[in-house]
Amino acid sequence: MVSLKRIVLDVLKPHQPNALEFSQAIAAAGSDYRVHLIVLEMDENTETIQIEVSGEAIDFAAIQAVIKDQGGSLHSIDEVEVQSETKPEARPA
Amino acid sequence: MLDQIKFLLKLSRSHDIMRRYFVVNGFDGALTMLGLIIGFIVSEADDLSVILSVCLGAAIALGMSGLSSAYISESAERKHALGKLERAMISDLKASAHGDATRQVPLLIALVNGLAPLLISLFILLPVWLVILGVPLPLPPLYAAIIVALFIIFLLGVFLGRIAQISWLRSGLQTLLVAALTAVLIYLFAGH
Repeated sequence: MVSLKRIVLDVLKPHQPNALEFSQAIAAAGSDYRVHLIVLEMDENTETIQIEVSGEAIDFAAIQAVIKDQGGSLHSIDEVEVQSETKPEARPA
Repeated sequence: MLDQIKFLLKLSRSHDIMRRYFVVNGFDGALTMLGLIIGFIVSEADDLSVILSVCLGAAIALGMSGLSSAYISESAERKHALGKLERAMISDLKASAHGDATRQVPLLIALVNGLAPLLISLFILLPVWLVILGVPLPLPPLYAAIIVALFIIFLLGVFLGRIAQISWLRSGLQTLLVAALTAVLIYLFAGH
């Protein structure tokens, strides 16, 4: 099994909900998510943000759903960190 | 449910609009009832059930007017704002929280705009109602209703004063002055 440990996303979102509420909504999608959000650019109606989510096993689909629900639009996946957790096969006796 | 309402109001920045509608239409309701009751006093009407029916009719009409006008105008404004945001985002936001706000916030604002004059009017009519039900009052019912109306108008002024962070007493007295001016005008034009 391969677990997603860290992901960095480039997202376009409206000004509301604000950066704090947006990152809190994403953190609430998992039980141990740590979210780091940076506002990269702002214009009259929208802002471009970079979100870094880290956790033991990130559910990417759930994060995408939260972004969509909050009115955001995922532009790109900029960084990913995954880890395989396959158990070693038992040796024949 | 309450959290969702708070979230949608914050998302659509509708707190101020809702508060404004509450005061404006609540004031409308209070002043209309005050005007009707003073009109009944100067015309020396004495059938309380007729007075109550007329005032109730006006209160329901004010409520329906507030409900429908706010829903139609707010709905159009929200759709316009959502369209503008969708063009800026270059994406469909109807399934997002912004879409929910566009559908639900006009309903909430319409409820406030409709219920404010209706409930305030019903409260002002309470003394008339009580006397019809046989409850004795220390004052004639129409004068008691005027006192309730003036008290509510004063409270609306106090509420506005607190929002504007100015003297609540001054703001309350200002709205009372409007009510007094209304009463004088009614006496001048309808009293003869």
